Amino acid sequence: MKPIIEVTNLSKKYKYGESQPYYTLRDTLTGLVRAPFHLLNKKQKQINLNKNEFWALNNISFKVNRGEAMGIVGHNGAGKSTILKILSRITPPTKGKITLRGRVGSLLEVGTGFHFELTGRENIYLNGAILGMKRREIDKKFDEIVNFSGVEKFLDTPVKHYSSGMYMRLAFAVAANLDSEILIVDEVLAVGDTEFQKKCLGKMDEITKKEGRTILFVSHNMGAIKRLCGKGLLLDSGKKIYEGKIDNVVDQYMTSFDVKKVFEPIKVPEIDLVINKISINQKNNGKIVPGKPVQVDIDIFAEHEVKDIGIEIIFSHDDMDGRLFSTNTKSSDGLEIVIKKGNNHFTCFIDSFNLCSGKYRFGFSIQIPFIKSYYLNTDLFYFDVLETTFSNSQLPTLPMYGHVYLDHKWLIKT
Amino acid sequence: MKVDSHKVTVIRPKPRWLLLDFTEIWEFRELFIVFAWRDIKVRYKQTILGATWAVFQPLTSMFIFTIFFGNFAKIPSGDLPYPLFVLTGLIFWNYFSGILSRASNSLIENEGIVKKVYFPREILPLSTVGANLIDFGISLVLLFLVSFYFNFVPNPRVLFVVPLGLLIGTFGAGGLGLLLSSFNVKYRDVRYALPFFIQMMIFLTPVIYPTSIMRSSFRYLIALNPMTGVIDAARIVFSGGSNINWPILAISGGSSLLLFIVGLYYFKSTERFFADLV
Repeated sequence: MKPIIEVTNLSKKYKYGESQPYYTLRDTLTGLVRAPFHLLNKKQKQINLNKNEFWALNNISFKVNRGEAMGIVGHNGAGKSTILKILSRITPPTKGKITLRGRVGSLLEVGTGFHFELTGRENIYLNGAILGMKRREIDKKFDEIVNFSGVEKFLDTPVKHYSSGMYMRLAFAVAANLDSEILIVDEVLAVGDTEFQKKCLGKMDEITKKEGRTILFVSHNMGAIKRLCGKGLLLDSGKKIYEGKIDNVVDQYMTSFDVKKVFEPIKVPEIDLVINKISINQKNNGKIVPGKPVQVDIDIFAEHEVKDIGIEIIFSHDDMDGRLFSTNTKSSDGLEIVIKKGNNHFTCFIDSFNLCSGKYRFGFSIQIPFIKSYYLNTDLFYFDVLETTFSNSQLPTLPMYGHVYLDHKWLIKT
Repeated sequence: MKVDSHKVTVIRPKPRWLLLDFTEIWEFRELFIVFAWRDIKVRYKQTILGATWAVFQPLTSMFIFTIFFGNFAKIPSGDLPYPLFVLTGLIFWNYFSGILSRASNSLIENEGIVKKVYFPREILPLSTVGANLIDFGISLVLLFLVSFYFNFVPNPRVLFVVPLGLLIGTFGAGGLGLLLSSFNVKYRDVRYALPFFIQMMIFLTPVIYPTSIMRSSFRYLIALNPMTGVIDAARIVFSGGSNINWPILAISGGSSLLLFIVGLYYFKSTERFFADLV
């Protein structure tokens, strides 16, 4: 039997900053007046890569057989979501060919098209239709959807009055009843509470194991991936690194997190220093998980003594501007540091590393606080904080709750 | 589980055909209805006045236009009393401009859906016809009431002119709406220019004035506006007459069809990149 999904030499080109291609008609029209032939010439450069372009996917081929569940794994920007978008026909490929032998249902988000003014009941029909279900199918599955969601009492209330939990449950309930032979699922489990996630995982299990349907699944949650999928695809920067058994794929992915990058020494000529090494470590085979102790080690070689300075470490989130956390030995910690002639070693201990799973940037600076900065780089290197499995729900694991976990307790007076 | 093993989808960089894939549109016919249903539902839920708005709006415009253009400016209105004259023009114009403005913004307003789900994109702009049809139906009842009030009995040809007018209006506004919605995705300044553009278009349409005040050569030119022929014919049948100006109606009809083809062509040739741009 032919494979149900066949992807051959798939490539997709994007422009940098494609997320905000702010064209204005005014600019195009004035441009046309200034250089009337510009638009014609543009047509000729097609497939080749321009300076401001990059391959989000580069020559990817794979096959999925009927009834298989394949997990797509990779760091941020590896191209996972792009593959799903192309398979869902939301965006076209630049090169390559895909053959899908069966009805495709894609779930890149739960609750797509939900309208706040409409009731739960109305949204079930709206969302179902948007996901490609026929009215008859929705009628048939209506009770099942309502049961699964657990919002029967509020079925005729506009969803704007729902709590976010109810909203998510209803949305997932509709999607979970999608009756397609191929199901494409993107990170939908990253939302909702632990209880809800278990329910979703259970449902997905049912879809693959009992019903024998084909699933393509993207997630950062290795536990879920291992549980659901038999086969995996590892991507990095748009290229296929490995395709095969899911255990091997996950192992390869995990080792790629090791923070054993070669650190290029940094010269700070103004005060004759060399930063020989900076590393961030957790006693966890080089992988960093939330909530556990972490230490930052810094090796500096100085040609002569340097006084009155502060060294600073900075954590920022990959997707966001600005710092998440930084601390300066002098200005925030009140330490008087003297860098002695020769080799110096500094270690910063963080008892509980409360950054949630995701990709972060590490930054470093040497300065006289508020007066002079000798060295500053907020993007010295990247590191990933892994997701722990669902069972440790006390730990700050889910990006939906934010990127930082603050130690807290509640006082309730009634 | 229904196994439909014959369904094979091939995805390639370039679509095999550019224009309409009718089997696919048929497959998604329910989505078309659901979008229209959503618009109607949401519209009547959100406005306090609900369905009365569809009566109130043309009625108010009728009064104001009658006072200023009928009484003060003394614009001729042929055989019809000015209120009936202007209302005939208004209900067709409102239908046309309603589709045009909602269709043009449909892709941007439904950005979340466009980015996450596949369906033939033309469903979004074209499904705006639904809510406007309801409004039109309500206004049409109003128009009949007003014409009976003025003791005018429409010529039986009204049964032919109104549906034809709707058809011409739908194709014209639909085509222009497809074109502008695609523009609107790519060029974000279109959104701000659009209301002004539509507002100005009412003066290029014989809503407040009759076509008879124009030289005949100019009349043919303005008939390129699809609503010209429609409003002109509607006024004739509502005054009880039957001598429809066929050349004008034919020009308007042809123009609306052409607008639709051009709009659809442009839309289909740009639609694949909407999700990347929106």
